[in-house]
Amino acid sequence: MKPPAFDYLRAESIGDVLDGLAQQGGDARVLAGGQSLMAMLNMRLAKPKLLIDIMRLEELRKIQRKGDTVIIGAGVRQADLLAWPDLVDALPLVALALPWVGHMQTRSRGTICGSLAHADPSAEMPLTLVALGGEVLLRNAKRRRRVAAKDFFAGMMLTARSDDELIEGISLPVIKGSRAAFREVARRHGDFAIVACAAMKTSTGVRLAVGGVADVPTARDWPRLEGSALDDALNAFAYELGARDDVHATARYRRDLVRMIGRDLIGEVLQ
Amino acid sequence: MTRLKADARHSVRFSLNGKLVEGEAEPRMLLSDFLRHQLGATGTHVGCEHGVCGACTIIVDGMLTRSCLTLAAQVEGCELRTVEGLAPSADRLGVLQQAFRRNHALQCGFCTAGILMSLDHYLAGNPTPTEAEIRDLLSGHICRCTGYTPIIQAALEAAAELASSKKETSDA
Repeated sequence: MKPPAFDYLRAESIGDVLDGLAQQGGDARVLAGGQSLMAMLNMRLAKPKLLIDIMRLEELRKIQRKGDTVIIGAGVRQADLLAWPDLVDALPLVALALPWVGHMQTRSRGTICGSLAHADPSAEMPLTLVALGGEVLLRNAKRRRRVAAKDFFAGMMLTARSDDELIEGISLPVIKGSRAAFREVARRHGDFAIVACAAMKTSTGVRLAVGGVADVPTARDWPRLEGSALDDALNAFAYELGARDDVHATARYRRDLVRMIGRDLIGEVLQ
Repeated sequence: MTRLKADARHSVRFSLNGKLVEGEAEPRMLLSDFLRHQLGATGTHVGCEHGVCGACTIIVDGMLTRSCLTLAAQVEGCELRTVEGLAPSADRLGVLQQAFRRNHALQCGFCTAGILMSLDHYLAGNPTPTEAEIRDLLSGHICRCTGYTPIIQAALEAAAELASSKKETSDA
């Protein structure tokens, strides 16, 4: 349970990070809060030749509200965002989901963007990004690009980030007057979700996003549905997610949770 | 920019419980191992080494930190607090430690150092916690002996004692 050998680069500018990534490519990893990556290193599931520590870069530590979006930098820790005074007003869904991310002892170090880079299918922040329809802001030495949440997660622990790109931050929309709801079932509070669901009222109806079932968090939009039409839609969605049996729960239990929590949350946001 | 080579040892300096300390570490050396093996500060325990059990929890620059998920190189120039810094002097226990002793909040003691650091940090910012809040905090630690109940009791007792002692001094 000790990490393999690697060079350690303490970046003092974004240029240092981008140069390191350009030179070392897939053999480099960006180290932020380390709450996922360090565990991967200790278990030797990751064996980079270079770690680039970005946590001394003040410019990545910003949370900025610009009109109808909030930009969260790569160095913003989960605890920083939880303590942001505008959180409940601007990003009510994030305010509901964040306390479910790990434990107080890991939120104090772990970053929002680090959780997205790790892309665990049952993690709360990827689910929230997909539910809100946010964007990931990527940058390499030559260019910047924005990737929509639904295109960012490519599979279990896989993302659309290229080897030479830094996740510079994310952009989340402030959706005025939107009611949000979040619920998760896990063996213990703070463990990875067996099923996590987020629901939001939209201009045309309702959106439900589900994590912990498919390889990537998945969102579905519906018009305002009620009664058996809603039950049928939830049942079809639960099957489409392709749940599998594992040591934590059966596929059927996961589908049950999607149907039951989905109905509860949709009722909550549409009432 | 500082680039530390994988195959060499590099100087690491930081403040540990108010004292400047220095040692040498390869980039891959975990902070938990640096504390224990390089500095001999064995109060911090190492359990799972992947951030789940909480035994190695310390405080770095005011943040609760799993020292097994942190590299020694990352804390260059930081301020660290570990369980060795909790007692007011070598022959006395702090309020929280006394409450643990009174309530039998430890048996084997393996998890205790981490739990004490979490509680010490939490109570400093939340002097009147509820039982539910203490339980939520303790979800970040694993204790296989006590069943947690005496730990919760000790935490609530220590919080009450700390709050009342603060009240007396602030009235003056």
